[in-house]
Amino acid sequence: MAGATLVIKDLHVTVEDKEILKGVNLEIKPGEFHAVMGPNGAGKSTLAQAIMGHPKYEVTKGSVTFDGQDVLEMEVDERAKAGLFLAMQYPSEISGITNSEFLRTAINAKRGEGNEIPLMQFIKKLDKTMEFLEMDLNMSQRYLNEGFSGGEKKRNEILQLMMLEPKVAILDEIDSGLDIDALKVVAKGINSMRSDEFSTLIITHYQRLLDYITPDFVHVMMDGRIVKSGGPELAKRLEAEGYDWIKEELGIEDEAVEQ
Amino acid sequence: MTIQTKYPFDKSLIEQYSAKNGEPDWFKNLRLQAFELIDELPLPKPDKTKIERWNFTDFKEHSVESDAYNSIDDLPEEIKSLINTDSDKRNLYVQHNQTSGILSLSNDLKKKGVIFTDLLTAVKEHGDLIQKYYMTEAVKADEHRLTAFHAALVNGGVFLYVPENVVIDEPIQSIFIHDQADVPLINHVLIVADKNSSVTYVENYYSMNEKAEGIANIITEVIAFDNANVKYGAVDTLAEGVTTYVNRRGYAGQDARIEWALGLMNDGNTISDNTTNLIGDGSFADTKSVVVGRGKQTQNFTTKVIHHGKGSEGFILKHGVVKDEATTIFNGIGKIEHGASKSNADQESRLLMLSRNARGDANPILLIDEDDVMAGHAASVGKVDEQQLYYLMSRGIPKEEAERLIIFGFLAPVVNQLPVEGVKKQLTSVIERKVQ
Repeated sequence: MAGATLVIKDLHVTVEDKEILKGVNLEIKPGEFHAVMGPNGAGKSTLAQAIMGHPKYEVTKGSVTFDGQDVLEMEVDERAKAGLFLAMQYPSEISGITNSEFLRTAINAKRGEGNEIPLMQFIKKLDKTMEFLEMDLNMSQRYLNEGFSGGEKKRNEILQLMMLEPKVAILDEIDSGLDIDALKVVAKGINSMRSDEFSTLIITHYQRLLDYITPDFVHVMMDGRIVKSGGPELAKRLEAEGYDWIKEELGIEDEAVEQ
Repeated sequence: MTIQTKYPFDKSLIEQYSAKNGEPDWFKNLRLQAFELIDELPLPKPDKTKIERWNFTDFKEHSVESDAYNSIDDLPEEIKSLINTDSDKRNLYVQHNQTSGILSLSNDLKKKGVIFTDLLTAVKEHGDLIQKYYMTEAVKADEHRLTAFHAALVNGGVFLYVPENVVIDEPIQSIFIHDQADVPLINHVLIVADKNSSVTYVENYYSMNEKAEGIANIITEVIAFDNANVKYGAVDTLAEGVTTYVNRRGYAGQDARIEWALGLMNDGNTISDNTTNLIGDGSFADTKSVVVGRGKQTQNFTTKVIHHGKGSEGFILKHGVVKDEATTIFNGIGKIEHGASKSNADQESRLLMLSRNARGDANPILLIDEDDVMAGHAASVGKVDEQQLYYLMSRGIPKEEAERLIIFGFLAPVVNQLPVEGVKKQLTSVIERKVQ
């Protein structure tokens, strides 16, 4: 399975009649790690949800293509099957379905009928991945995210990422609410995916995560647009100096930007 | 007698039926006394469902001889799959309409004094116990028209007695097979668990027909004496067109526990009453039910826990799915009587509506007559959660499958409680068939 390029062009997105994204352009090639940083309310999560196809986020203009295919025409599950993955900021809790059942259903949905993963192979892979992520093996028999702590939920998102092996993973504030040890484990999981065929879009508020996952590109998002792009050094400068210098540099005055 | 002509039965039918069974006089008299009450007493009044026009009492024949299923090999395939395959541990009763068939109880349990037999035999052979507990402690004939009708015309059922200190590990199973809709299923299950005993019982009411015009009047009484522990599982799958009154009631002595897991999957109109009386101090009830409403059926499920004993605890959990043009009413009642201090009454009722024309209502009711208690309730009527659906789909699971997972998850609390693997599987497949 070769990697694929995700191309976002002039993307405008509205949520409940309010325009949040005002023309986002971004290209993610196979093997690349991108980070999108920016203050609260800049539209980072909206970008993630719009790419994945959350029904509340309406694309009013622009395009998203993946491997040349029109992503915006796809149902949410088709986007996943095409190779997109979103690690959510607030994963849903679903009662009555065990983590393990859920993962097997998801893997088999992707593999298709007649090509289901053999049970033993699945269990082996699940156990190995959970061990790698330092998760209690009993968590596979617990109901999906139900009663999980914030940190357990984030680890569980990474578990899904590693089990489903997408081509592009969008990680929406995967670092929020994690202590330093959990952060290291999550980063270890993401780094283990690094290959020529896997790319990621890391959405984060803080530079902290980027101490453990080195991005190839860093983008700054403000008021619904990507206003500046650079290398890892850009993240370091943002951490040290905040966002004001960018605003000054670009002459942005935006009341929506609040901490 | 003029009024009674509207019923398809009279005193002589009851006398003849009782004589044919060779019933003792006391049981016949119990029938005849109840018969006199049928007209006097009103129908029960389930909250929010009008049942005056429902047929609960009309039938063509009162009883029928059906093929007796005397061995496992005689059973239809779908019934075989419900049964524990391990024959050494098989404690099983199978009834085909009114005809009793397989009745097996392990030698070990027989030696310990456990009684498991069809009700009409029990009346003759264990008259002392039946006379003491049959419709005396839990359900009484004079409550309303349908209990009186039941007592007068009961034509099947089973009796289970667990002596003091006897702990039964293997489940005891009953299967009531129904394929003669002309004949009413007037079935009575009586379970008496003596002090410090423990038992798990599971039953199926199984219609072989998809559609049949008829009636069912089912009463269960569970009497758990001090420190006894009864787990009761049931899966009802009576056919479309069968109007059902089903009353499952418990009586719990001091520190006794009764746990219900009910899969209420009838396709006809149904009134279900599941009440547990927590009489003794420290007694405990856990009642879990799952329901699927479909087609045009109307169903009303009242679950009630009445706290008399101090420090008694009652938990009600009901989850239902409603589709097509079906109507489902959930009434959850937690009642704490004066003097039942330190009691805890908790309930949760949730309905998932799958179609626009389906109707559902969840009514939590707390009636509290004591100060020092805990009580809580949660109730909701809603659609499949969009966010959950999105989450599952974002992992590549198609919408229909995602919905199925959410519905199954929603109904899982009861499915997982059922003791016999075959019955658990059956409930899963019934749900699958009904919600698709």
